[in-house]
Amino acid sequence: MRLLIGSFFAFAVAALVGLGLTWLTLSGSTAFGAISIGAWTAWPRTGTTGIDPYARAAIARTGQLPLGLGDGVAFYARADDKRRPFDGRCDVNLQGTTPPARFWTLTLYDRDGRLVPNSLNRHGFTSQEIIRDTDGRFEIHVGPRARFGNWLPTGGAEHYMLVLRLYDTPVGLATRSGREAPMPSVAGGQCP
Amino acid sequence: MTRWLLWLLGGILLGGVVHLATVLWLPRTATQDAYSRLQEVAPLNTVTALPAPSPDKALLPFMDPAFATAVCRYDLAKGPLQFSMTLSQAYTAVAFYTRFGIAYYAINDRAAGRRTIQLDLMTEKQHSEMPQEVDVTTADRLIVESPTVTGLIVIKALAPEPGLMPMAQEALATARCRPPQP
Repeated sequence: MRLLIGSFFAFAVAALVGLGLTWLTLSGSTAFGAISIGAWTAWPRTGTTGIDPYARAAIARTGQLPLGLGDGVAFYARADDKRRPFDGRCDVNLQGTTPPARFWTLTLYDRDGRLVPNSLNRHGFTSQEIIRDTDGRFEIHVGPRARFGNWLPTGGAEHYMLVLRLYDTPVGLATRSGREAPMPSVAGGQCP
Repeated sequence: MTRWLLWLLGGILLGGVVHLATVLWLPRTATQDAYSRLQEVAPLNTVTALPAPSPDKALLPFMDPAFATAVCRYDLAKGPLQFSMTLSQAYTAVAFYTRFGIAYYAINDRAAGRRTIQLDLMTEKQHSEMPQEVDVTTADRLIVESPTVTGLIVIKALAPEPGLMPMAQEALATARCRPPQP
């Protein structure tokens, strides 16, 4: 009898611990081999056959197709340089340069990877549409109110994330630091 | 007391096994993965253009709205497939995914080197069974080995500005994915 109760207890603990861990790891972004540069993080290994089991399970669950490494690399940002999570009611300024790439695109998504509705129907920029100053630097305003220049509307969504995708780029598995891949700075601005 | 601690320890260890097993097993049970989502809109072994993602409707999460995208859902059980397309003026890429959404190969217009991409898609077994002389005469053709019998070819053409979207869609319209033509 004691053995029976004991094994029931052990099985209950096993189910709780096992399924709890699985749920926890899959609801966060826990893939290995991340490159973090400022506010931006990329997982280039996820775009290869060397993808780890956690990322494999995560893409199966969300239904997304990771960017293949022969195609490009995607950098994700959910918070500004000071680690304050993005809030669509506040202003954020992207400034600086991007790593070498033939093209890049910047896109704004909600937490589940859907585009955010806004009056302008603008969901991102490509490297060719952007307005730059004379020395090639650019500034992108991300916020709820219309701005002069490169304005990316947040549509007032509470949470969002930015994805900067580099296409045809030397950035990849061997990239370690911001010197090889200078990412734009992400500065949080005023909040109403 | 010690007995209960031992049971607890055993439970935690077993929990680790359960965790690893569920993570490894999950991709095989997912019903909302990319392949399953595309099953409804994309017929087998032919190229289907996907509608542009919008806030209220997107087939897959995290699609890049700057691209025109088409997909070929393939099944190599009846034999290899041929893929061909004429490239667009701007950036074009062809990415290959297994049944479970793993990116195993991708080629872009610059790597292709020509204005067209032509390749043969087959399983490892079909490649090894291919007669040697055929392999030699078609050396200028690219052969891609698929790790799974079914999978996805995703064809993407960039519209550098919204006005160039028709150009990108035209490039995708030239893409073909079909059994070898005699």
